[in-house]
Amino acid sequence: MAPKTLYDKIWDAHVAHEAEDGTCLLYIDRHLVHEVTSPQAFEGLRMNGRKVRAPEKTIAVPDHNVPTTLDRLKGIENEESRIQVEALDTNAREFGLVYYPVDDVRQGIVHIIGPEQGWTLPGMTIVCGDSHTATHGAFGALAHGIGTSEVEHVLATQTLIQKKSKNMKVEITGKLSPGVTAKDITLAVIGETGTAGGTGYVIEYCGEAIRSLSMEGRMTVCNMAIEGGARAGLIAPDETTFEYCKGRPNAPSGETWEAALAYWKTLYTDDDAHFDKVLTLKGEDIAPVVTWGTSPEDVLPITASVPSAQDFSGGKVEAAQRSLDYMGLTAGTPLCDIEIDTVFIGSCTNGRIEDLRAAAKILKGRKIKEGMRAMIVPGSGLVRAQAEEEGLADIFKEAGFEWRLAGCSMCLAMNPDQLQPGERCAATSNRNFEGRQGRGGRTHLMSPAMAAAAALTGKLTDVREML
Amino acid sequence: MEKFEKLTAIAAPMPLINIDTDMIIPKQFLKTIKRSGLGVSAFHEMRYNLDGSDNPDFVLNKEAYKGANILVAGDNFGCGSSREHAPWALLDFGIRCVISTSFADIFYNNCFKNGILPVVVSEEQLQLLMKDAEKGSNARMVVDLENQQIETSDGEVIAFDLDQNRKHCLINGLDDIGLSMEKIASVDAFEAQMAQSAPWV
Repeated sequence: MAPKTLYDKIWDAHVAHEAEDGTCLLYIDRHLVHEVTSPQAFEGLRMNGRKVRAPEKTIAVPDHNVPTTLDRLKGIENEESRIQVEALDTNAREFGLVYYPVDDVRQGIVHIIGPEQGWTLPGMTIVCGDSHTATHGAFGALAHGIGTSEVEHVLATQTLIQKKSKNMKVEITGKLSPGVTAKDITLAVIGETGTAGGTGYVIEYCGEAIRSLSMEGRMTVCNMAIEGGARAGLIAPDETTFEYCKGRPNAPSGETWEAALAYWKTLYTDDDAHFDKVLTLKGEDIAPVVTWGTSPEDVLPITASVPSAQDFSGGKVEAAQRSLDYMGLTAGTPLCDIEIDTVFIGSCTNGRIEDLRAAAKILKGRKIKEGMRAMIVPGSGLVRAQAEEEGLADIFKEAGFEWRLAGCSMCLAMNPDQLQPGERCAATSNRNFEGRQGRGGRTHLMSPAMAAAAALTGKLTDVREML
Repeated sequence: MEKFEKLTAIAAPMPLINIDTDMIIPKQFLKTIKRSGLGVSAFHEMRYNLDGSDNPDFVLNKEAYKGANILVAGDNFGCGSSREHAPWALLDFGIRCVISTSFADIFYNNCFKNGILPVVVSEEQLQLLMKDAEKGSNARMVVDLENQQIETSDGEVIAFDLDQNRKHCLINGLDDIGLSMEKIASVDAFEAQMAQSAPWV
């Protein structure tokens, strides 16, 4: 038998129908649903008299629109946001989905609660009307974002019409240096590939530096596969994965666990399996990084300076100039001299307990710079509870951070957490696009430790000076 | 879904690379529970000034491009968020075809679900089409899906590749779900087998 990649194995195990031209109906094991990209899909079902085929495999939670302030149970002020959340509530109940409403402590960002509740397991196919579904690839699950028409297709048929992508291997060898995290790995990779480098591929991340990451770190890496253009990122499951899954509310137990485990242990890329593209980075060469522009590929080590548009070629010259103008930056300025006024720690990229621990380690016993607006938005109600139990919440509050309830918050600013024009934010989220965090807002992406350091100094800061 | 056969229309040039779906339709317009009415908000931040007035420098605000049905755009068009509101906004504005050197996967896929044809061309071909688009309302580009070719206003013909299944669905305006439902017995069988071999799923 020809050697297979991990992606090949998961793909082959889920083909329910294959047409002569290779177009497949790929069976979907888990369908995650949130309020923004689903209402039109449910409306489509109703108009055609269709049902949800597998409501027990369909998990719904409101996250994008929900306020994260402590008084949120009094209701959502913005009428459109409220209607959208109410629509999800109605759809989830009417179609009998698994549902975590806003007042449930298990509510949170869809990509955080899937793994937390044990819905995400190795070898599965997982989709959601959200590009950061790639997160779940950390478990060795084939997970990617889909559009609303496809959401409707999955609701109705529990399958997706797919053609197979190509295989790409990203290997991070060796060890990471102190102060360098999963976020720096994933940003450094995008810096190398560009935002279109992964288009048409499923990426498998491997190598010693990846193996050494916790599940939280692996989720951060896979989360941003989409920012490199790849629909999905994968990491082969191992003991770290199994340990994380064991005992979760919806993970198997007893004999079924043993059967699942035996299968999961077959989920790795065979020796000599073919990759269409390979990228190798040395873990030792990765520094703490930040973005300077308006594309996630605009990545530089914190020790570098703002580039000039002329440093680039082709269409990137115009794009870089546009970014510099939008970001209000001058070529040659050391990145460490860039002053910020806002810090956002959270999102499906960096809203897990390990991220909060990393931030707390830097913030402990220190105060944020005066006048700084700084918020920490945990990824789920359970992450929030755990952070409180571990005493992290007290560290944040004493440092001067706002300690919020769970949601997507300022990552995409659909709720009231937004930047004003010209405001500059150190953010642990995943996109620095123009207007992403609010019209005219300026975003620098970085790790939670780096964002915490920036909150203390009021400037982009090399966290290694604070370790 | 509306069929796509042959489109003869004004093309607008948008040479910027990495036009993301946040640019095509910013988040404040994702709060709708409908698919319609997003055209007025397409490219909102580039198209309107902070006071809500039109930005005269934005290509689709120029008289010559107000009736454009084709976009000729820079590399990696539609990257970022999976929001299908992006093709919904383009379609509602009147865009039926986008031509670029590459598209982000999810956006590319979403186009076909909405009767929009995304065409991938080479860098050289894009430059030629960009020049043609710069002629504005003085010119018409012809996009012929059946024959998989684009004809510039000067009569230059560029052939393009396309998945034949997607082409078939677009030309006939076919509904994906209806087609998949015809194969649902395979899904039933797959599910029954999985219940045995992987009961934890």
